[in-house]
Amino acid sequence: MFPLLSLIIFIPLLVGVILLALPEERRGWIRGLALVGALLTLVFSLVAYFGYDVSAGGYQFQERMPWLPALGIGYHVGADGISLPLLLLGGLVAVSGVLVSWRVEDRPREFFAFLMFLVASVQGVFASLDLFQLFFFFELAVFPKYLMIVLWGSPKTRNYGGMKLTLYLFLGSVVSLVAALAVYFGSGLHTFDLIELQQAGLAKDFQYFWFPFLFIGFALLSGIFPLHSWAPDGHVAAPTAISMLLAGVEMKVGAFAALRIAIELLPEGARQWAWLILLLGTMNVVYGALIALVQKDFKYVIGFSSVSHMGLVLMGFATLNADGLLGAGMQMFSHGVMTALFFAVVGMVYDRTHERDISRLGGLVQRMPWAAVGFIIGGLVSMGMPGFSGFVAEYPIFMGVWRVQPVAAVVAALGILITSGYILLVVRRVFFGELPAALEQSGGSGRKVGMQRIEDVSWMDKVVIGMLALIMIGLGWFPALMTPWVQSGVQAVLAVLGGGQ
Amino acid sequence: MSGSATFDARMILAILPELGLLVLAGVALVLDLIWRDKRCGRLALYTAVGTALVMALSLIFARPGEEPQFIFGGMLRLDAAGFVFRMLFLSGAMLTALLVMGDEVLCVRGEFFVLLLVSTLGMSLMAAAADVMMLFLAIETASIPLYVLAGFYTGNARSVEAGIKYFLFGGLTSAVMLYGFSLLYGLSGTTRLYEMLERLQSAPGTLVPGLFAVVLVLAGFGFKISAVPFHFWAPDVYEGAPTQVGGFLSTASKAAGFAVLLRVMTTLFPQVTPVWTVAIVVLALASMLAGNLLALAQKNVKRLLAYSSIAQAGYMLVGVAADSQLGTSGVVYYLMGYLVTNLAAFGVVHVVGQSLRSDELTAYDGLSRRSPRLALLMLIALLSLGGVPPFAGFFGKLLVFGAAVQAGMWWLALVGVLTSVLALYYYLNLLRRIYQEAAPKDGLTVRISWPWRVALIVCALGVVTLGVVYAPWYAWAERVATMLF
Repeated sequence: MFPLLSLIIFIPLLVGVILLALPEERRGWIRGLALVGALLTLVFSLVAYFGYDVSAGGYQFQERMPWLPALGIGYHVGADGISLPLLLLGGLVAVSGVLVSWRVEDRPREFFAFLMFLVASVQGVFASLDLFQLFFFFELAVFPKYLMIVLWGSPKTRNYGGMKLTLYLFLGSVVSLVAALAVYFGSGLHTFDLIELQQAGLAKDFQYFWFPFLFIGFALLSGIFPLHSWAPDGHVAAPTAISMLLAGVEMKVGAFAALRIAIELLPEGARQWAWLILLLGTMNVVYGALIALVQKDFKYVIGFSSVSHMGLVLMGFATLNADGLLGAGMQMFSHGVMTALFFAVVGMVYDRTHERDISRLGGLVQRMPWAAVGFIIGGLVSMGMPGFSGFVAEYPIFMGVWRVQPVAAVVAALGILITSGYILLVVRRVFFGELPAALEQSGGSGRKVGMQRIEDVSWMDKVVIGMLALIMIGLGWFPALMTPWVQSGVQAVLAVLGGGQ
Repeated sequence: MSGSATFDARMILAILPELGLLVLAGVALVLDLIWRDKRCGRLALYTAVGTALVMALSLIFARPGEEPQFIFGGMLRLDAAGFVFRMLFLSGAMLTALLVMGDEVLCVRGEFFVLLLVSTLGMSLMAAAADVMMLFLAIETASIPLYVLAGFYTGNARSVEAGIKYFLFGGLTSAVMLYGFSLLYGLSGTTRLYEMLERLQSAPGTLVPGLFAVVLVLAGFGFKISAVPFHFWAPDVYEGAPTQVGGFLSTASKAAGFAVLLRVMTTLFPQVTPVWTVAIVVLALASMLAGNLLALAQKNVKRLLAYSSIAQAGYMLVGVAADSQLGTSGVVYYLMGYLVTNLAAFGVVHVVGQSLRSDELTAYDGLSRRSPRLALLMLIALLSLGGVPPFAGFFGKLLVFGAAVQAGMWWLALVGVLTSVLALYYYLNLLRRIYQEAAPKDGLTVRISWPWRVALIVCALGVVTLGVVYAPWYAWAERVATMLF
């Protein structure tokens, strides 16, 4: 059998190792190899996505190998309707990340190698069907994340933001690791295999006790309120490609693991604690949007908007019904693409103006039309406009939430309203109006060097903007390109939950 | 149960590693006189190759059988537990010898290598001892050469201070431990570890004095593994002692401490399990918290590693406290990973210290620009210490914390993981210095001689292999656990 999923995981890993061994001067080779690695990951994830037999459902492309049989640890990968869109997302963001970082000057070898490790880590989590292996890949991301932020991040906040992000995420992962070990021993099955652990039938009290540890530990990574403050700080401090990967894909890693591990292994616990998740998710949506509204820094707006949008995913999980989970699955993909595009545009604007303060930006549509259009499309997605992927994702979430707790749906809808507020404000202030005189004169290096003009984005940037925007529009018009996949995955989750409600 | 007093060839074969070390040490003394000025490189190479040879021979001829075997009148117990630990000590000695090669100051006297070998011999006996008299003698055989090694830079006040401090602390805790042993002998009427339990159980009224003896013995072991509150010597000794000796102290010597701790505790104290579990838990908690908190404030890399090694002892004690097969396998696996990891870290510290003449954290600014490969090695070592995959430390931590969860002590595991978040803070900060800061323009370059390179590469390969391929190593760790339970 063709080891499709293993290739998706190990190609970036291998490329990363090879990159570290290349001589530092061969910059062209380094960039090219990184792009090839990312493209191969994308291609294989596309093959997996479209090769998946939706009507059959379940875990496909499974591969198994013993790793440490004495403890029931195995290498076991497989993909279902929930993980396939995320694998695709990982591939997409990897390619976009390499393209927007094409001109990294400082130690490109290490940059692209760490980027590849990060990609391998997220793809490894998405494809894991073994609890141990999932943690292995999960924590593999610790050092690339930290080093990429502190090495290539924005100098003012990178030490603080990078350390905060890394420690928070490590905290989340180790707390859920303890809970996962409790599940392993509590099940008495002597295996880390997820499919077998799902059948464990753990006692209710046990599930009630351990669910919060397991869920919050993972959900921390998706920015659950009130443990979200690392997200804007870390994502803003990170270099563009890493912001894209962290906010676009890593946050989904947390949400995905919260669903696959916490909810699917401890369904009774999930039922017991659903109210809390719904409450926290709603607070994420409203609070994140409100804070985004008052930000003065362009990148922080996007940082907080991620917190707000991930709240919708958590709300979808909390419904534990078909609509909510379908919406959450769609939202994970849609938000990943959208936020990657947002961070890409913010990075392009900053590279050219060396300015992130919204009040000092303006009129950029004249100079960077592609970036402006990309940002507006992202904004429309984020507001949940029909015709864009955001609508396809958010609508089912609200339907699901309404059936469980109408008040939460109403409050969260308020959050969407605020979202339109900050998106429109930012679009108007940054891209329309007059081009400030200071910007007119500042050159590519940020110093005032005569009349050097702000230039439009490069063709590679255009490829990124075009690709990500097209996906969001395409999904908005043809939701059938993804809903059947997610639906089949949701059916499996509902089966674990006992036929749904 | 006890071994026969008769003497046969099998018994000689059984102590092959010890005999090998003894011969190596004796020959080293002679070679020292012959080689004189050329001894620096040759003696180190001789020691490294010699220990590797002893290791290979033991692996071929002296592998323990499935059944434990008492030899020399029950003085030694030959089993997988002792064997795995012996291999650990031998690898530690081999890597240390490689790191000493070319160190002009340490090679001034050839005795360095003799002391190293004799200390390893003592550790080897510690791991196999089945009699408290034998155990005490083994501990002293291992310790006394280490006191001298710690103060080996006789021209350096700090090194001398380290030697004296280590000696005083060690002497005191040895005395306390010996008192504990004598109490145990008085209560049970035997010095044999494996018979003591039966005697203690049959004699009435031994519980309270028995507990007292436990505490006393624990003080001695706590000193060897540098657990809080017996840790005070560690930072000063690590800082003052020659770096290679610090590495050896923190790995092989600590492993020897755990070897006896595991054996004595599992054979002797099951009837007082709740009490000694409480004692171990207290030591573990104190070591994890104090070690990590104090490490945060350090400015010297050796002191940082000293406090980190105190914290690591705390993590391993979590596995001991679990008092189970899994816990013991976890401790052994942890020790294997920790040996290569910490030797790699100390190896880098040694190379940097030699090249840049400083052990301050600031010396690591911009190391990745001075030497990308050395920086990568330190990255591997620090992340492994922090418990991040794909490195050895991750799996060791997973095992000991898993054992704690299995034993129902999930809160202990939770404290463990929370303190490892704390630990990651200072490991990452050092890593940030290495990668982010600009190197000062002092014209100094990092030079790595080939033996150092060999030692470091072996360590790095060990860290990665132990962190990815678990099955063979875990099988050994499990054999140790089955022998002890």
